[in-house]
Amino acid sequence: MTSSASALVDVQGLVKHFPGERAFFGLGRPRAVVRAVDDVSFAITPGQTLGLVGESGCGKSTVGRTILRLIEPDAGRVLIDGLNLLTLGSRELRALRRRMQIVFQDPYGSLNPRLTVRQTLAEPLAIHHLATGADAGRRIAALLEEVGLDPGFATSYAHELSGGQRQRVGIARALSVEPQFLVLDEPVSALDVSVQAQVLNLLADLQQRRRLTYLFIAHDLAVVKHIADQVAVMYLGKIVEWAPAARLYAAPRHPYTTSLLSAVPVPDPMAQRRRIVLTGDVPSPAHPPAGCPFHPRCPHPKKDARCRTEPPALREVAPGQLAACHYAEEPL
Amino acid sequence: MTEPLLRVRDLKTYFVTEHGSGTARAVDGVSFDLYPGETLGLVGESGCGKTVTSLSVLRLIPEPPGHIRPGSFIEFAGRNLLTLAPRELRAIRGNQIAMIFQEPMTSLNPVFTVGDQIAEAAIVHQRLSRRAARARAIEMLKLVGIPDPAQRVDHYPHQMSGGMRQRVMIAMALVCHPKVLIADEPTTALDVTIQAQILELLERLQAELGMAVMLITHDLGVVAGSADRVVVMYAGQVVEQAPTPELFARPLHPYTEGLLASVPRLDAPPARARARLHGIPGQVPASSDWPGGCRFHPRCPYAWDRCREEEPPLLDASSGEPGSHTVRCWLLTEPQRRTTRPGP
Repeated sequence: MTSSASALVDVQGLVKHFPGERAFFGLGRPRAVVRAVDDVSFAITPGQTLGLVGESGCGKSTVGRTILRLIEPDAGRVLIDGLNLLTLGSRELRALRRRMQIVFQDPYGSLNPRLTVRQTLAEPLAIHHLATGADAGRRIAALLEEVGLDPGFATSYAHELSGGQRQRVGIARALSVEPQFLVLDEPVSALDVSVQAQVLNLLADLQQRRRLTYLFIAHDLAVVKHIADQVAVMYLGKIVEWAPAARLYAAPRHPYTTSLLSAVPVPDPMAQRRRIVLTGDVPSPAHPPAGCPFHPRCPHPKKDARCRTEPPALREVAPGQLAACHYAEEPL
Repeated sequence: MTEPLLRVRDLKTYFVTEHGSGTARAVDGVSFDLYPGETLGLVGESGCGKTVTSLSVLRLIPEPPGHIRPGSFIEFAGRNLLTLAPRELRAIRGNQIAMIFQEPMTSLNPVFTVGDQIAEAAIVHQRLSRRAARARAIEMLKLVGIPDPAQRVDHYPHQMSGGMRQRVMIAMALVCHPKVLIADEPTTALDVTIQAQILELLERLQAELGMAVMLITHDLGVVAGSADRVVVMYAGQVVEQAPTPELFARPLHPYTEGLLASVPRLDAPPARARARLHGIPGQVPASSDWPGGCRFHPRCPYAWDRCREEEPPLLDASSGEPGSHTVRCWLLTEPQRRTTRPGP
């Protein structure tokens, strides 16, 4: 995961801290700073999918948005094909935006209800001077077909579409400017299982056909196993484990990853599994515990004073596998 | 076999649609039994009628626009809940049959302490004094695993996390020791580690208190781990019903089969992990416009003429006790038509 020349997306030392709001309607003491993203680094090679997983509040969506500069990061470097996104001026940034797009979780909130599907898809084409008029019409029809919608949907409004159809429009909008890199922020979690399967198949087809690179953000580890080549697990703003997907699911090294995997219900009533039930809630990212941020919930039998005081570094514990745990050599 | 605690027969709950022009047949002839002490999973995608079924059992359907059709029958402890006077119904609802909802954020009242909200049912139904009800609330908070219950009893919902709020909801539902607990997607809004805590809690409480649980969920993994029997719903009807191990080993309705094939699996072997999912084409139709014949036929890979013309009844497919596995599908009469599943 260290930066490499072959990477399309190379994120180094990304930091985003949100200032604490003042309590009592803005008049009280300022609250603690929320460390949403705290020194996150990763790289994605072209045509590959990195799955970024974690529970709510771990900072995974903030990572997705800061690397596109939809939220301005506080520190770090984001290299797209060697260009540092964070030092670009607004005109250069706009040109680069063509190469990277985002698909949001909520297919209900992310489409403008007052625009038809055609208007929604024509906008990015016009902004990036790609097509207008009849030419745009042809491209829109082709895009709709590519995402599995009848071109007749071009005249529909968002409210006339089902959740799955809206998500397909969201994907078509992202594809309209022919990007190389897509941030997919929980793209299937609002969909029913049968529709979720359709959209996952579509994303796999598009990746193959267009050689797309994906950052796939999700809380569902089974979905990520299905789509990702590499997986990064986040906890309280930090990556705590990183590995090739097959490796992470077969032999996790961080006790948080192990517990997460054991907690996912499997649709097999005969499965004999050891479920590790973590105690307590995820701590607030405004007050992360000292030492290893996972130590208050950690089920590892070797947990000791060192875990409570010394933050473990993210280090290579097996070929290609990194974990931030003092006892990663002795996994649960 | 023991007598069922709750017997639902031919339940039809219809709604007048927005413009008053049509009728949405949200629940359309649903029958099932719930036995003492068991967990019954009610599974299906959004719009299939599972929540309306559970709300109908407690008669929480807003009328209008909804109404439960004459001829429907919900028997609890020998009485038809649908013909009870409001007073008699109130003595059962929240007391002998309780419910927890999906949204722990919006189902609690923000201006009362959690203690007051838990105590309310005990005061109303069991006529406890305020002091005794407060003691009961603390006891319930302890039962559902909330640390420092004596302090937490005076907290407001906004001071608690999502998982804690769901525990409070469970404490509220169980304060009168109900015989039946209806849990509508109790873990859907929660993170997976918190979901595991809540499922384990429900299992423990069920064993301790001996209640029957109707677990409504879209998550086949949750059903596999928690339910004794499963009812699969599609388009307002029961399409398959079987003991859990039987349903997962031998799914017979093409919808059940499709649902199972749609789920990406954590336990998939590495070679199959990236394989294409066999989704179900299309989507759940609108409840004001169910397809004729078998309601699943437009999405079914096996459908033939009969499926388009004639609605199948629930047919017995049991390998063990008669009636233990029923399926609403014509394939049961012509099994040779179940060829290898066509590709996605």
